[in-house]
Amino acid sequence: MIPAGFDYHAPRSVADAVKLLGELGPEAKLLAGGHSLLPMMKLRFAEPGHLVDLGRIAELRGISQSGNEIRIGAMTTEHELLNSKLLAEKVPLLVEGAGWIADPQVRYKGTIGGDISHGDPANDQPALMIALDASFVLAGPKGERVVKADGYFLGLYSTQLAEDEILTQIRIPVPPAGSGWSYHKLKRKTGDFATAATAVMLQMKGKQVAKVAIALTNAGPTVLKARDAEAYLTGKAIDDASLNEAARLAMSICQPTPDQRGDEEYKRAMCGEMTRRALQAAHARAKG
Amino acid sequence: MATAKKVSFKLNGKPVEVTVEPRELLIHTLREKLAHTGPHIGCETSHCGACTVDLNEMSVKACTVLTVQCDGAEMTTVEGMEQGGALHALQQAFHEEHGLQCGYCTPGMITRAYRLLKENPNPSEQDIRSGISGNLCRCTGYQNIVKAVQSAAKKLAAA
Repeated sequence: MIPAGFDYHAPRSVADAVKLLGELGPEAKLLAGGHSLLPMMKLRFAEPGHLVDLGRIAELRGISQSGNEIRIGAMTTEHELLNSKLLAEKVPLLVEGAGWIADPQVRYKGTIGGDISHGDPANDQPALMIALDASFVLAGPKGERVVKADGYFLGLYSTQLAEDEILTQIRIPVPPAGSGWSYHKLKRKTGDFATAATAVMLQMKGKQVAKVAIALTNAGPTVLKARDAEAYLTGKAIDDASLNEAARLAMSICQPTPDQRGDEEYKRAMCGEMTRRALQAAHARAKG
Repeated sequence: MATAKKVSFKLNGKPVEVTVEPRELLIHTLREKLAHTGPHIGCETSHCGACTVDLNEMSVKACTVLTVQCDGAEMTTVEGMEQGGALHALQQAFHEEHGLQCGYCTPGMITRAYRLLKENPNPSEQDIRSGISGNLCRCTGYQNIVKAVQSAAKKLAAA
């Protein structure tokens, strides 16, 4: 279980990393926490000629608030998210979600940017990012561009990130006071990927749903936004009937891949159940 | 062909320097080049935690870290737990509470528990169970491992 040979580069700035990517071309891969890429390299599913390690770039780390926006450096670890007081206060969904990712050791190394950039539908951050209406800052040879999480994930291991670009920062609008949140995840054991998981952000106005975002992990070739369920719930009360219909609508867009975690029918049913539970939990937390 | 790199770090307080291919995994450097065989190779797929070491105040699985990533690092393995001939409170507690049977997972368990107690000196049983959830033990059923960590936490708090 030893990776094929490669050359290793450890730039100290984003500018240097972008320059290196340009010089090395498609043979180069970015190394973040390494807990998706290195296992793939050990299995020889990936054999890059060069690794560009982002681990020595200080500007890629840290969590801060700028106006009404939380900004997270792409190399911030899942462990740091889990222990952030600022996030616990402003974006508790991200703290709850990070706690469901992998295991303690993996969370010390795994990064939010790596989780997002990998484009694996089984990763948890894509659904959390879509539920939170996050944006991503991508740095490339022509400068920076900012893209929305919704629309960023194109398919299996495929995102809008170009080969010569680096995801540098995640920007999350601070959810309005009184918002409810939940990430419900079914997994067989610690460290396993989700059999099914659902992220929910919810704003209530009196008894009615004012706004809801629902995103599904590992329910298809990429993260899915349950738009029909969101549209259906808006303006409705949360009760058994509306939860059942929202779960049904979420299930109707699932295309889960059968594997050792279950067949298609079971996974679709679990997606519905996680959606129902996440909505209930978010509702219990929402004020307004 | 990949260029070999010189890598320096502190291992259990002592400076070491190795020359490695970039693809060399930390667990192999520790065991084969530096004769530190406390960290074990269990699954090689970052699931079991037998290879856990403390790297820059983080518990990491040495099978999923490249040695070249460790330049300038401070590292502690189970070999560095004992101080001046006396066992660390965790080692003593694993002995007293019978926190091991075959012992294969123990260096990883102790190294992980070391960081857990640094971050949370007074953990609940649930904190311990989730804190060591990245370390598999196929013998004990975990009960005595949890007891050992609780016992060590008490001793360290009293010291």
